[in-house]
Amino acid sequence: MGITPFLQLYVFLLAAFLGYQMITRVPALLHTPLMSATNAISGISLVGSLVAAGATDRGALSVTLGVIAVTAATINVVGGFMITDRMLKMFKRQDKK
Amino acid sequence: MIAPAWNLLPLAEIATSLDAGALDARECFIQAAYVVASVLFILGLKGLTAPDKARNGMRMAAVGMLVAVIGTLLDQQILHFQWIVLGLVLGSLIGAAISIWMPMTAVPQRTAISHAFGALAATLVGIEHYQYMLERLAPAHEAIPRVVMGALGFEVMFGSLTITGSFMAFGKLQGFIPSAPITYKFQNFSNIGLFFLAVAIFIALVIVPSTAGMHPAMFYAMVAVGLLVGVLIVLPIGGADMPVVISLLNSYAGLASSATGFALGNNVLIIAGALDGASGFILSILMSRAMNRSFANVLFGAFGAPPADSAAADAHAGKTVRSITVEDAAIQLAYARRVIVIPGYGMAVAHAQHEVRELAEQIESRGGEVKFAIHPVAGRMPGHMNVLLAEADVPYDKLIEMDEINGEFPRTDVALVIGANDVVNPAARNDPSSPIHGMPILNADQAHSVIVLKRSMNPGFAGIENALFYDPKCALLFGDAKSSLAKLVAAVKTA
Repeated sequence: MGITPFLQLYVFLLAAFLGYQMITRVPALLHTPLMSATNAISGISLVGSLVAAGATDRGALSVTLGVIAVTAATINVVGGFMITDRMLKMFKRQDKK
Repeated sequence: MIAPAWNLLPLAEIATSLDAGALDARECFIQAAYVVASVLFILGLKGLTAPDKARNGMRMAAVGMLVAVIGTLLDQQILHFQWIVLGLVLGSLIGAAISIWMPMTAVPQRTAISHAFGALAATLVGIEHYQYMLERLAPAHEAIPRVVMGALGFEVMFGSLTITGSFMAFGKLQGFIPSAPITYKFQNFSNIGLFFLAVAIFIALVIVPSTAGMHPAMFYAMVAVGLLVGVLIVLPIGGADMPVVISLLNSYAGLASSATGFALGNNVLIIAGALDGASGFILSILMSRAMNRSFANVLFGAFGAPPADSAAADAHAGKTVRSITVEDAAIQLAYARRVIVIPGYGMAVAHAQHEVRELAEQIESRGGEVKFAIHPVAGRMPGHMNVLLAEADVPYDKLIEMDEINGEFPRTDVALVIGANDVVNPAARNDPSSPIHGMPILNADQAHSVIVLKRSMNPGFAGIENALFYDPKCALLFGDAKSSLAKLVAAVKTA
């Protein structure tokens, strides 16, 4: 076992800690957009599925699983960012009306 | 004096010992893209801490995603683009269609199903990676490294139970699966047993080398058990507990993405997944706290399964509720100085948010002041009411959180409860025998008078009688919330 898993663990823990600190400061008002935003961001598993769907040295099974994964992740990324924006656009202050 | 050993090494050797795999220019670019994407994700989420910065923040996060995808497409392993383009186009069309045409009242369903999609992607990537590694390592009779197997196992286990769990949650919210808890004998026992079975297989997968012939069978058995656990664990959970369940599944979907990052050695996946996992975790805690319950109680409590009839109902046996006509309610509202509206899931079901805003405007045009009291678990997901009211153009500075507004009820002329029930039940405060005792509530009962818009006398989701309705200063206006509100608007205008 090399150093890599430990480095990954550092990255994970630091990101989780940062996320915890930051997200506790998100007001309850925006909890629904927050959830659809994190959902869009975790659509980053798209990155993993792209390799599966596009590498030549992998068989038909890989490509099939990869394409389904790319589609599912893209739905989340595109849908997630669009709907988050649609929601955030609706939040207005009184004085701006 | 003896210098430390590493000082004696030639510089180049030190460099390689620190940097195990030297990167060529293309790989450097890909890694740099991931770093940029990670930073943009973090800045994007930071934007959500303030409503006026949120949109810009999310644009940054979206750019981050684009950078990560472009970076990945430069990977030299990728040579075939036709399938990728197919998936990207198909996914974009479906995602865009959902987000453009979906009504805002369906946000909880969309969120639930998107957790299923996210988990599906992570699980399929996990399965693909497992198969790929098996095939690649087989000729050399090598096993998948245990660390990688651990990450893959975690990814696929959490992924599979999130797929079906989220789908069940989607079904309950959409209404094609009954939203009432479905319970049977030994349910908790068998659910916990199955979950531990999945964990046991996971541990075995890491211990047994993947060269063993039975390894793939075990792997897929774990996927199957995971899928089953997802279905079974959401069956006994009722609609009102959905905010906790959705948040937990949000967290699991994030953790599955993060595990994908561990398995593929990709830091941007680890970071994005960790952010998602942390967010879901915080929301689950906040939601559980708002119901005064623990995760375990939500997951295994089967709350409200047998309607808690006996004690609570008997306590109100001799009392009657007072109903009110639209005209009387309108007069009360028209002459009120301070009104607090308490929206609940019933408002979402009736799609009544626009009528609520019209009524508020009518009252305000007559000089009254209207605020909205938002209970953290009102509706079916965190923040559900805020989004609906924002959609109806209610300015967000009028949407007040529970702790902030509770002190204002004693100075309030009318508390107008629209489709909310358990979150205003004073039994949570006063009656230690009540199943919801200890749950923080909106103190509507402290207002000078209370008007409750209600479809019928059926008890709320938890099957608990609401002591508020029997309070002498509380009046009930029966009927569909949307049409009641429309009538109220008209009546307030002429009052």
